[in-house]
Amino acid sequence: MSMDETLQSLLEIGDEVVAAARAKGATVAEATIRQGSHLSTKIRLGAPELVEEAGSRALGMRVMVGRQVAVTYTSDLSARGRAQLVADAIELAQLSQEDEFAGPPDPSLLSRTEDHVDLDTYDPTMDAFGAEEALERAIAGEKAARDADARITNSEGATFTRASGGSALVTSGGFRGTSVGTYASLVVNPVADDEGGKKRSGYHWTARRHLAELEDAAAVGREAARRTLRKLGAAKIASEEMPVVFDPDAARSIVGLLAGCVNGGAIWRRSSYLLDRLGTAVASDLVTIVDDPLIPRAPGSRPYDGEGLLSRKNVVVEKGELRTYLMDSYAARKLSMESTASASRGASGGVGPSTTNFLLQPGELTPEQVRDVPRGLYVTEMMGFGFNAVTGDFSRGAAGFLIENGELTQPVAEVTISLDLDQMLKRIDAVGNDLDLRTSTASPTFRVSAMTVAGR
Amino acid sequence: MSRYQAPFGPEGPAPIDPDIARKLLTVALEKGGDYADLFFEYSVSGSYSYDDGILKSVGRYVTMGLGVRVMKGDATGYAYVEDLDMGAMRHAARTAAQIAASGSHAPAQLVAAGVPSRYGIAQLSLEVPGETKRDILERADAAARRADSRIVRVTGSISEEVREILIATSTGRFVRDRQPLIRFGIRAIAEDGDKRQSGSSGGGGRMGMEYFDSHSPEEHAQEAVRQALQMLDAREAPAGEMEVVLAPGDSGILLHEAVGHGLEADFNRKKTSNYTDQVGEVVASELCTVVDDATLPFGRGTINVDDEGLEPESATLIENGVLRGYMQDRHSAEVMDTSPTGNGRRESFKSHPMPRMTNTLLLAGQDDPEEILKSVKKGVYARKFGGGQVDISNGDFVFSLTEGYLIEDGKITAPLKGVNLIGNGPDVMRKVVALGNDLEVSDGIWTCGKDGQSVPVGVGCPTIKISAVTVGGTQL
Repeated sequence: MSMDETLQSLLEIGDEVVAAARAKGATVAEATIRQGSHLSTKIRLGAPELVEEAGSRALGMRVMVGRQVAVTYTSDLSARGRAQLVADAIELAQLSQEDEFAGPPDPSLLSRTEDHVDLDTYDPTMDAFGAEEALERAIAGEKAARDADARITNSEGATFTRASGGSALVTSGGFRGTSVGTYASLVVNPVADDEGGKKRSGYHWTARRHLAELEDAAAVGREAARRTLRKLGAAKIASEEMPVVFDPDAARSIVGLLAGCVNGGAIWRRSSYLLDRLGTAVASDLVTIVDDPLIPRAPGSRPYDGEGLLSRKNVVVEKGELRTYLMDSYAARKLSMESTASASRGASGGVGPSTTNFLLQPGELTPEQVRDVPRGLYVTEMMGFGFNAVTGDFSRGAAGFLIENGELTQPVAEVTISLDLDQMLKRIDAVGNDLDLRTSTASPTFRVSAMTVAGR
Repeated sequence: MSRYQAPFGPEGPAPIDPDIARKLLTVALEKGGDYADLFFEYSVSGSYSYDDGILKSVGRYVTMGLGVRVMKGDATGYAYVEDLDMGAMRHAARTAAQIAASGSHAPAQLVAAGVPSRYGIAQLSLEVPGETKRDILERADAAARRADSRIVRVTGSISEEVREILIATSTGRFVRDRQPLIRFGIRAIAEDGDKRQSGSSGGGGRMGMEYFDSHSPEEHAQEAVRQALQMLDAREAPAGEMEVVLAPGDSGILLHEAVGHGLEADFNRKKTSNYTDQVGEVVASELCTVVDDATLPFGRGTINVDDEGLEPESATLIENGVLRGYMQDRHSAEVMDTSPTGNGRRESFKSHPMPRMTNTLLLAGQDDPEEILKSVKKGVYARKFGGGQVDISNGDFVFSLTEGYLIEDGKITAPLKGVNLIGNGPDVMRKVVALGNDLEVSDGIWTCGKDGQSVPVGVGCPTIKISAVTVGGTQL
């Protein structure tokens, strides 16, 4: 079946269950249907370890009976499975309680198919990429890592994955839309022996919507080796307050914390430290953060949101000032604001605000200029869950390097860094120009002027 | 009779018996695989979300499918399918079979085996009217709001699941299990002036509504409120190495991260764990005996049978500080020439099994918990945790404290803001200098992630004193 035919069949399933739910008394019925296929191959020490291949389909539904809401999901798409899904939804909606804010989006806001931009998120060559070729890429990546240096003594392997899928959204409010996407990635994970019987594991990866844009496998392997070897001899340092530079991987996870705190759901639940902070400074004026679903070929791009509203770029933080929260229509009603077209509909049918491509915008400086401080910590990895969104308190495990006169010197492990997120963002005093779109939440290198580093 | 019935169950519309399973296994092995197994799963789960004073949404989720695994040497072929008709299942078996290239091998005769019974199945939550669950959430919400005027928001939830599995292997196993799971949670937000904090509490296990016979929603509500209010007064935590005392129960997350993952056999078979080749060696203070016990009645991590069809046991991992063995799945045990321990688990039919923990416990010591506290001049008392993470290759781990206190001159004094603890597994385990006689198993809330697969687990420990751990506060 071609992708167009597949999408057509998904729309038809949507039409059928939405009509069935309406006939059984649903005031509002919305169905999302997804179909995907993937291939995942993992090799280790040059030999195949796993070849996994499968296709899957699932159907998620949200219904409202008046202002009572239920969500149902099934991977059993047989006639019996679909009928049960609809019957469950109607029955469960009657169990939930009248929610005055519940409802579909304003019909005048719904987008039309002809307004949906092609974001080039689908690579039609993806599905033809076979297990043999995938294994070859993984083997080439791992081999380059192992050949790079004799100190690479072991490997956690290399994994090549490709996935493609289509989805349809049909709502009783009159929205019918489809979208498609592909994704491929290669990760290489070498292991080196360190002093005292410790091992150091490192990795590097490439991921793109289009196969042809993936980084060369051998280059990924060599970079993975470099990242592993540079950790050798990592040690704890003494506790000290100092500038902290986050490389793009670590920086992305800080930006991800902020994403949770500007989520309209966290705001109406009063569980974000950014409550009541619209229009105020929440970061240094070097910080501009956008949520942009319209970037061609980017991982988080989509033509319409989870409720059928036309995608739009939202400037969340502009030169340090908080401009908007990210809201679906429910959060918007709860907060007496307007939806930012940020609804995300999970595979299981539930709807809530979410980010698309959530990006801290690049600055002018090279990464070398960002880390040009007499003494500081350069963080490449963070561990753990030490963040409290309600207060902004942040304390996490970190590893990386000591910076001395702008150079990365002693590798550092087993320390923690802490400072509340509000202060951290306000103390950003340098932003790099090295933004990379491998992930939907991304950031260039940035520097925080001072944080507590706890070690010995 | 349940309205939710596994189609492959004995009374389902498309029952799978040993003969049909053997036919599929024959297809799976026709390219020359050494071993094959079938994992049928039918899981029905429900969620009840109570938010801002109402039962805001109710959800129900059905997933079903078959995963087929074929092994040839060190290589695994895996395919899955959601459509359980014979043609689709054969196709999946043929896809997985491709991992092998030569030879053929017939599966053994399949014999249906029974399993022990370690779950509470008297009041399967899915079969209890939804109104009962709504009432429980209403009671929790009311109790939290009533407790203190500073409580401004309350959210509560009940998640329920019944997972039916059928495992058939080319070595002749044919075994079914029906695994219930329930989890209750409540979170309260307190505000006082411009200070805002949250507290939470929850629990559950492999049982149904009988969980609430021994744990009332009001108790959980009070615990969440207590925590949120307590934390309103929290001060900045100290930074640097110091003595740390861990409260019994949830602190078992320390074991899970510091030693548990490193003792999963796959990392040791591949020699990528910091515990590789150390069986028989001292890896912890002699006070420490660590077990992984899949048999605890009703435990969140408890299983009657693992996801490879094998019966788990209570396995001693570390005995008086000496490493005794690893947690094995079928493949790792074969490579390491030892017996599987029934720790092969998977998230769903969409994933291949790996060695995983079940309920990981540090057994009780001899010390009086009061005396342990009194012995600390300046340190941190760790009571509740948000979670943890470990780097298997070298044992460095973190865990995040959500409720901690300063200890000064043997007494618990001020509450501390959320803070991270960081250490190295083997190093911290050698620094265990006192163990309480008060072993507690955590209430069932923990989920463990590995390679993108989540499984429910249990943890437990007594009061633990560690002579030096790095506390990641801001106060130097």
